[in-house]
Amino acid sequence: MTQPLGSFPGGLKLRGHKKRSTQTPIRRTPLAKQLILPLQQHIGAAAVPIVEVGDKVLKGQRIARAEGHVSVCLHAPSSGTVVAIDEQAIPHPSGLSAACITIETDGEDKWAERHPVKGFQDMTPHEIRQIIRDAGIVGLGGAGFPSFIKLNPGIHHTVESLILNGAECEPYITCDDMLMRERADGILDGVEIMLHALNAQEVLLAIEDNKSQAISSMELALAARPHLTQTKIAVIPTRYPTGGEKQIIQVVTGKEVPTNGLPIDIGIVCHNMGTAYAVGRAINHGEPLISRIVTVTGTDVTHAGNFETLFGTPISALLEFAETKRQPDEPFILGGPMMGFNLSGDNLPVTKTANCILVGVEDAAEKAEPLPCIRCGDCASACPASLLPQQLYWHARAKDFDQTRDYNLFDCIECGCCDYVCPSKIPLVSYFRFAKTEIMNQERERKKSDLARERFETRQARMEREQREKEERQRQRKAALAASKAKKEQDAAAETSSAEDKEN
Amino acid sequence: MALFRISPPFLAGTNRVTLQMLQVLLAMVPAVIAMVMFFGPAVLINIALALVVALATEALLLKLRQRPIKPFLSDGSAAVTAVLLAVAIPPLSPWWLTVLGVMFAIIFAKHLYGGLGYNPFNPAMVGYVLLLLSFPLEMTTWLPVQSLAEHPLNFEQAFQLIFFGDTATGLSVDTVSGATPLDAMKTQIGQQILPEYIVNQPLFGMLGGIGWEWINVWFLLGGLFLLYRKVISWHVPAAMLGTLLVLSSITALFAPELTGSPLFHLFSGGTMIGAFFIATDPVSGSTTLKGRLVFGAGVGALTYIIRIWGGYPDGVAFAVLLMNMLVPLIDYYTQPKVYGASSK
Repeated sequence: MTQPLGSFPGGLKLRGHKKRSTQTPIRRTPLAKQLILPLQQHIGAAAVPIVEVGDKVLKGQRIARAEGHVSVCLHAPSSGTVVAIDEQAIPHPSGLSAACITIETDGEDKWAERHPVKGFQDMTPHEIRQIIRDAGIVGLGGAGFPSFIKLNPGIHHTVESLILNGAECEPYITCDDMLMRERADGILDGVEIMLHALNAQEVLLAIEDNKSQAISSMELALAARPHLTQTKIAVIPTRYPTGGEKQIIQVVTGKEVPTNGLPIDIGIVCHNMGTAYAVGRAINHGEPLISRIVTVTGTDVTHAGNFETLFGTPISALLEFAETKRQPDEPFILGGPMMGFNLSGDNLPVTKTANCILVGVEDAAEKAEPLPCIRCGDCASACPASLLPQQLYWHARAKDFDQTRDYNLFDCIECGCCDYVCPSKIPLVSYFRFAKTEIMNQERERKKSDLARERFETRQARMEREQREKEERQRQRKAALAASKAKKEQDAAAETSSAEDKEN
Repeated sequence: MALFRISPPFLAGTNRVTLQMLQVLLAMVPAVIAMVMFFGPAVLINIALALVVALATEALLLKLRQRPIKPFLSDGSAAVTAVLLAVAIPPLSPWWLTVLGVMFAIIFAKHLYGGLGYNPFNPAMVGYVLLLLSFPLEMTTWLPVQSLAEHPLNFEQAFQLIFFGDTATGLSVDTVSGATPLDAMKTQIGQQILPEYIVNQPLFGMLGGIGWEWINVWFLLGGLFLLYRKVISWHVPAAMLGTLLVLSSITALFAPELTGSPLFHLFSGGTMIGAFFIATDPVSGSTTLKGRLVFGAGVGALTYIIRIWGGYPDGVAFAVLLMNMLVPLIDYYTQPKVYGASSK
């Protein structure tokens, strides 16, 4: 056990509502008839299909390959037949659709051949990263960044601390909590592999102090591995948003990730508990990432709990299994109540980043006409990044985007603390997202117009040059002509003169 | 519970503007009761008049500006302005004085700048200063506390004096008025009387003058309630009172002939209402925590300077307005260090 070395300013004490979904062990969601697998369930480039419609696939078989560096592979979560590769609705706040592979399951759930690694210690970090990439592992905390990249510190960095993020600070969500309670050993398997890949000096398993069962279960598992001398459990205070990467680093180590920098710049790598578990499964059991634990909870859920769910399983099937009082088309939240987004249709697949499905929340924000900002500064006191949300709001509203940048808009992590405390009920985060999008659009436009200008100027220069060259050529031709003419005249003159001479 | 918002966060705290304003009003109740006990029912008449005028003006202006009337009228900000102004002006002020001050505060200081949230100056103090500059005689004609008064006034007499200028029994405002302790201190020091002798007069009570000291104590307690309820932060009151204390202590040590004791300054005039209820106005004050310390210290220093060297017995109103002007500058230079920014 180790004491946290720092804390972050602001933040909120929120009611956890976690008991609701921790009363029953993790259950397995029944196999769905159809699994819809978006090709992009991670940050980066979408995977490229390597199967065709009509192909038979086995559980764990690779069905799409990583494209480019920032990308991961995709696997069939169960055995069956590929029935479609086309655009399907995906869980996205704006109701987008995207390319998906649809598999009709055959109910046999037959595994493809697996290749467990015996003795990962003998492998190079590069080989380990390759397996993790091929296994399709991404950050399971919510962002979905390809994990193998975060296991590559590069030759210029040494890793002082590997932090395993088990804070799970959002209310209602308990998937990491339950994973730590039930599969602590599996998590440590992954931790050992990550430790080997990163060659980290210490490992800190950071867990919020409201998860006493998870803490004791992790302690027990850790005690059984006396060789993990550099691994410690850091019990951290329960406060939202402790689970933010920047915040957990600040709490556990007392250090701040520099603006525009990465944790590795200060010798820190941060991974989610669920990711560590997936890494352990991939290396030690040869199982690619084909399922995750999803919390299904909320005031309208009858059998709230955690469900190990194959990717591509329709959310409707999961909701049916957990039983809800939800009306058809009633909106629900994917993710937590503070940073998740709402969906109304449930005919959408569970993806790698789907940590929680929340149907009905207590103390829900009401739809109220916001009052003007009274500059009370409560938002600034709640901001974990020490921003001044009221100033950002003022400038974002006026579309004065240069000023929002000066007030460090891009350091906003969109945690929603400012929204939560605002007495005027101004949707601050929405304003900040709007400003960020506008700035990025402007940037794109600027780049485009820069390019166009450059092209124009190059063309202009070329035309001028050609004109000059043409004139030069003309001049030369004229000069040559004049010269030859003069010569001719001279010759003629010479001839006449010689003729005259003759005559004379 | 169903979702009402379409974007995160989907949770909301219980804090509301109206709730904050109501707590401010509630926190002023004990001090107002004390004022009624010391200066008679005239105080209540002033507050009632100010409230009616403020709410009517607010409603009218909202209508003229084509804003929704109900949510803005019920936010409580106009009521706070009315009460602050009503307790700041002399209890027996003629009715038109109160009406003029309140209307000017709501129309010019608040709505012409854009209404709630947009006024750079504290509306109540703008109204107060307008009256003080335009009607210095009426604005400095205070009542003596009831225990020192030759003619303690009942409700009917106070009503007649406020609305008609005299009573049926022949009392006029001039015959019942008296100076405030701050005023008396200033006048008598001007007559070369030493403060230590001045404070021996019955008017001066124990700390800040009979009545005034208790009113200040109740404003202090009301302010502590607001601190406890997190309606205000400690920065402005602490900085303002701290500065006032430091400056008056220095004077007490090195130039005691200049003015009264530090405690006299803390518990007389508008010190406590200024520190906890006026300088803490979020709209016209600084928003950063460091900025609030600067703002509060500035109000404290200017109040003290005006009290001693200025032309008026008290300086809270001018101090607040002067510091309001500096708020954009203060805010700009007191931004907190953002997470991850290199320390300068």
